[in-house]
Amino acid sequence: MSDLYKKTLSEVAAQLQSGELKAVEAVRNCLDRIEATEPRVKALITVTGDTALAQAETLDAEGPDASKPLWGVPIVLKDLLATKGIRTTCASKILDNFVPFYDATAVVKLREAGAIIIGKANMDEFAMGSSTENSAFFQTGNPWDTDRVPGGSSGGSGATVAAGQCYAALGTDTGGSIRLPASFCGIVGLKPTYGRISRFGLIAYGSSLDQIGPMTRSVEDAARMLQVMAGHDPRDSTSVDVEVPDYLAALGRENLDGVTIGLPEEYWGEGLDAEVEEACRAAVARMESLGAKTVPVKLSLTEYAIATYYIIAMAEASSNLSRFDGVRFGHRNKDASELIDMYTTSRTEGFGDEVQRRIIMGTYVLSSGYYDAYYNKAAKVRRLLREDFDAAFEQCDLIAGPVCPTTAFKAGEKADPLQMYLMDIFTISANLAGLPGMSLPVGLGKDSGMPVGLQFMGPAFGEADMLSVTECLERNLDPMPMPEL
Amino acid sequence: MKISPEEVAKVARLSRLDLPQDKLELFAGQLGDILSYMDKLGELETDAVDPLYSPVSHTTVLRKDAVSKESTRDEVLSNAPEQDGKFFIVPRIV
Repeated sequence: MSDLYKKTLSEVAAQLQSGELKAVEAVRNCLDRIEATEPRVKALITVTGDTALAQAETLDAEGPDASKPLWGVPIVLKDLLATKGIRTTCASKILDNFVPFYDATAVVKLREAGAIIIGKANMDEFAMGSSTENSAFFQTGNPWDTDRVPGGSSGGSGATVAAGQCYAALGTDTGGSIRLPASFCGIVGLKPTYGRISRFGLIAYGSSLDQIGPMTRSVEDAARMLQVMAGHDPRDSTSVDVEVPDYLAALGRENLDGVTIGLPEEYWGEGLDAEVEEACRAAVARMESLGAKTVPVKLSLTEYAIATYYIIAMAEASSNLSRFDGVRFGHRNKDASELIDMYTTSRTEGFGDEVQRRIIMGTYVLSSGYYDAYYNKAAKVRRLLREDFDAAFEQCDLIAGPVCPTTAFKAGEKADPLQMYLMDIFTISANLAGLPGMSLPVGLGKDSGMPVGLQFMGPAFGEADMLSVTECLERNLDPMPMPEL
Repeated sequence: MKISPEEVAKVARLSRLDLPQDKLELFAGQLGDILSYMDKLGELETDAVDPLYSPVSHTTVLRKDAVSKESTRDEVLSNAPEQDGKFFIVPRIV
């Protein structure tokens, strides 16, 4: 096998545009890589090899097109993005046989830019989880050590990019589900501002939190993907109609002079693994040596973020998942003779434990008598959390801290749901506030040898600055290796 | 906060889920732990705070009052567990 899989999306896109590389070769190479690595990594629920090759042949027949920035580039999508004619399961038995007749808007935009979909990635069922152990189909292994989890819920997307099976994948991030697997797998993961990318065609988990974003092997690649997908969509009332900047033009800065980075003391204290802290602090020191100024900031409500998040996310999930009733799509129990019984048996058979747990929890916190104590209370704390960020961004341009207190843990290690929820401590605040967040790989942990991600958070629609700073830092760090597979 | 298996069963019924006794007991313990953790929000004074339900302000989006056909009947029915070419079929209701 050639080393083509080691190249970045930007490198491959340039080769494809110049005619040096045919789209069919790019797709074949990825399919070969999938064949070689998938038995161990198990990142993909569906591989669309034949249709991808057919599409590549069509593109090759037409020739490269400079107006299509992703012309011929093989990509993978998290399996909760609707794809016309391609099975879309949400890693759930209840959607095992669901084949959408439409594409999500983000998928339409990627296709229009010339990207070729080669597969759908494994995930935690309905995006509920932090390890991809909750898939109804199989567990995904971390390409750096397949006994460890790839993070979640976009663990399949993280693993497929890290393993070199494709040049970019889409994930979704409701409470850290792009940034955590990006950190665990040693790649770049960008959760844009809520409303930056249309959520039309995304099978919703927490509607006020979910956001689609790219997972790539370089910051430049993330910028290319975001450029294609960003923008207002009349089909999604939560997409925001603001101008899309030129993200690629923001890249290439020489240093970080004039940049102020806020370091929240709540993110850098007790509970952080020594190897994570060491790698993250070294990256911050590198930013300082490049001219950035660092200042302490306070995000004093961080300790309340997890409770706030899970109340809101579960409440929204219980509402969103009520559409899975066995009537119009998805699994139906064949034996039920009465309608309510059909709903109940179909849902009971179709949903896995974590999904059932969250539906019940969400129904509970929304029920009369508890609504004010839980859901409404959480919505109020959510505003306070956002005000915390507003105050912090008066002192700095970007906030930096670890993505997760640890590197990737072993599969089965965190059996208690609450223990698993606590893994999201540093990521969920950005979702509650709707702000952009990003994970940049900054090296390998000294003890575990597993990747460590440094997280950046910025003001709403501040992705261009975030990409600009992280690309400069990335260029000045030791190159992130790929896992040996 | 304690939550009993009976309470879990009641909420499960409302959610159209039917769980066996062992799972009701497991969930009761887990949900009790999670709710106890969530009770920490009670430490914060929020009487004067307006709730924030979404990071963006939603305005009612109105489209033109014009008929458009974005999908066909066959497409809409294509994933139905049971249909007759015109309608979704469900078990008898009355």
